[in-house]
Amino acid sequence: MTTEMTKESAPTTMTQAEPMRAPRFMPAVDIFETPEEYVVMAEMPGCDPKGIDVQFENGELSIYGRIAPRELPKAAWLTREFEVGDYYRTFNVTESIETEKISADYEHGILTLRLPKVETAKPRRVEVRTK
Amino acid sequence: MTNGIDQLHWLREQVGQLWNGGVAAEAGVYPAINVWDDGESFRAEAELPGFKIEDVELVVAGSQLQIRSRRTFELREGWTVHRQERASGEFSRTATFPAEIDADKVQAALKDGVLSVTLPKAPSAKPRKIEVKVLGPVK
Repeated sequence: MTTEMTKESAPTTMTQAEPMRAPRFMPAVDIFETPEEYVVMAEMPGCDPKGIDVQFENGELSIYGRIAPRELPKAAWLTREFEVGDYYRTFNVTESIETEKISADYEHGILTLRLPKVETAKPRRVEVRTK
Repeated sequence: MTNGIDQLHWLREQVGQLWNGGVAAEAGVYPAINVWDDGESFRAEAELPGFKIEDVELVVAGSQLQIRSRRTFELREGWTVHRQERASGEFSRTATFPAEIDADKVQAALKDGVLSVTLPKAPSAKPRKIEVKVLGPVK
């Protein structure tokens, strides 16, 4: 699977009710291939499960995750090593995928996508008729 | 996408350099931690995607908190890797606070990959209100 990261493009169609906020981070991903499907595992801790949006259009897979409200102080920081923000990343998928069968699960802050491959046409046996 | 992305890339680079076949990162940078003071307690937060609370060891001693865990990666049979960015191996981070902690009252939760730790300050560390008794006039 060819993967390409595009930083600038934002999805043109959003299924969630609220508008997308300017995302801050690209999630780290592992991408695997099994005989039946591709598996994408993205690290997106702290998301609101209802705020996760997955789109697959014209061979481009995009994932967006909205952060759930998090208590962060305005002052009194002792150590501040990471920022909190929404996630967004896109991938180009050149192989044929059964788009209706794409599944997405969010657990322990990991978004796991499964993209089943299109079943290759099974060999057909042609019966030869003789007179 | 400016500062946040650059920071993330830097962090990933650091992680990539430190993690080789399970080498423990003693003065590690993973996971990144945020620590603040909310008056009564210290609060610490770390992002640990993929971890459950049972997988994480928290050690509190004096004015320090140590966060330890490991993630082992095993490739399943028949699977091939196209991209691997998630870190694995052992890690350990220590946060030192400016005051003593009441170790018995520390609470921690890990939800959706975010570890939140509340560390109440030891009574001796909290500002104490001293009541002043007014004595009668000095004779």
